[in-house]
Amino acid sequence: MSATSPTRPPATLNISNEVIIQLINVNKWYGEFHVLKDINLTVRKGERIVICGPSGSGKSTAIRCVNRLEEHQRGQIIVDGTELTGDVKHIEHVRREVGMVFQHFNLFPHLTVLENCALAPMWVRRLPRKEAEAIAMKYLERVKIPNQAMKYPGQLSGGQQQRVAIARSLCMNPKIMLFDEPTSALDPEMIKEVLDVMIELAREGMTMLCVTHEMGFAKTVANRVIFMDGGEIIEENEPVEFFTHPRSERTRLFLSQILHH
Amino acid sequence: MSTPTPLPELPPPVINVGILGWLRRNLFSSPGNTALTLLAIYLLYLAIPPILRWVLLDADWRGTTRQDCTSQGACWVFIKVRFDRFMYGFYPEPERWRVNTVFLLLVLGIACLLIKSFPRKLWVGTFLLLIYPVIGFHLFSGGSFGLPVVETSQWGGLMLTLIIAGVGITTALPLGILLALGRRSQMPIIRAICVTFIEFWRGVPLITVLFMSSVMLPLFLPEGVNFDKLLRALIGVALFQSAYMAEVVRGGLQAIPKGQFEAAAALGLGYWKMMGLIILPQALKLVIPGIVNTFIALFKDTTLVIIIGLFDLLSTVHNAATDPNWLGFAIEGYVFAAAVFWLFCFGMSRYSQNLEKRLQTGHNR
Repeated sequence: MSATSPTRPPATLNISNEVIIQLINVNKWYGEFHVLKDINLTVRKGERIVICGPSGSGKSTAIRCVNRLEEHQRGQIIVDGTELTGDVKHIEHVRREVGMVFQHFNLFPHLTVLENCALAPMWVRRLPRKEAEAIAMKYLERVKIPNQAMKYPGQLSGGQQQRVAIARSLCMNPKIMLFDEPTSALDPEMIKEVLDVMIELAREGMTMLCVTHEMGFAKTVANRVIFMDGGEIIEENEPVEFFTHPRSERTRLFLSQILHH
Repeated sequence: MSTPTPLPELPPPVINVGILGWLRRNLFSSPGNTALTLLAIYLLYLAIPPILRWVLLDADWRGTTRQDCTSQGACWVFIKVRFDRFMYGFYPEPERWRVNTVFLLLVLGIACLLIKSFPRKLWVGTFLLLIYPVIGFHLFSGGSFGLPVVETSQWGGLMLTLIIAGVGITTALPLGILLALGRRSQMPIIRAICVTFIEFWRGVPLITVLFMSSVMLPLFLPEGVNFDKLLRALIGVALFQSAYMAEVVRGGLQAIPKGQFEAAAALGLGYWKMMGLIILPQALKLVIPGIVNTFIALFKDTTLVIIIGLFDLLSTVHNAATDPNWLGFAIEGYVFAAAVFWLFCFGMSRYSQNLEKRLQTGHNR
């Protein structure tokens, strides 16, 4: 069906031909500063894409444009058949289908873990409380912390909080998951528990866009790696090629910097 | 090498725990501290007995006229005789059961809300906010259900103080929240309106507001149109306090990290759900001290209505003290007024502390 690499079977798992995200010549400025320059990206359903690049390269901004946390000024972004414009209806429709996990978790500290997860199904999907809580428990079990359901986020470790954040997004049953440096704020011993959840999710065929510096994760999970620098997509390749034979000098430099310490 | 046996856990030294420990830590931790403690005890020794004697031991409690006040202490007879006036102002005596009913309902309602395990708090709250004011208004002013009309000019005393404070508090908070949200709005026109409103009301002294409402406003109204004086004062107080409240709430909104807005938006929550479910609960919790501060200030500021001729608790006390029959007992009157105000303000303050503790969710950002 799609371009496959026989050595890495998971890479092709569940990828269909259906295009789910399309960025066409997307440009964005912060004041005078040109953050995104002609970004073109097509994501098919079931793809796992890792975006990396030095800080300030626009990688976070790029994925934040996909659910309109950032507004793009020129070009087109089409998510799940809906184009993102100023129309609030369209934006809310897209956000219902796109889950997002943040670097700093951003759990709601005044609500329990269970309430954090059940909130959106109740208030956005309009499910009755019982049903929403059942869904929340299901996903909390999947991220392996059902026993923390009644605690408040402030009582959990960083790794647990990030897993709750993933569960919270999954409760909306999204078609796409965005990860914005999900492990950068975690202590080293907690990174693995979060990555394990993400790998599990990838195996199940979730479409994932992931900004991360976890190159091990990119190698095992991604079917495509994108390197951004200075607001542009410099290189796009499948992971093995990307890491072993980077095409551009900038990619090579970047990889040598992050892999050598 | 043998494994070391763990040391047994010993109780802490007697001098560090219990009352002795507390005394040592807090009162006698250093020579300077000890000296201050002793000085404070001496000052208390000087101050408390005379106060106690005046208020309780030497005070007069029985009787109906000033001739009954013969001792050196306070003449509480004065308060006793004038008590009904202090509570109800000139509200006609046979109709006072109406006032009592309204406040009894309020006390019952609030008690239901305060009792943790009470079911259907939402209903009680809705009743208090929506239906109760209507009942209260009709009972107070009469004119329906065969109740005789009581003009607002006859309302007075603590009853009037509580009405002004109650209306002020229950309108200032929601209005203040809306203004605070408006001031942070993306829409320039709404923002401009809110900023202008807040800055106007905050820049004017409350006395001026009250004066304008009672003296100037009638000049601008067409002939024959007449607002009730109390209503004008209520609107003035509510708008004035809502401007303060708006800034307190805005302080809370600004303390909420951007990530909370983003996480709520990313889940697909619209503006009002985001604010109502995620942002405001956290922001208001942060500014409970500020909100209660404003409430307390509002409660005490109600005494300013004296200048437009409304008789709140303080002005009834003031009037009674100038009564020729009771000349010379102003101190008792003001002490009584102060005690009543203090009781209400302290109550609010304690409740807010309790609320803060209850809303603590074991995190510190």
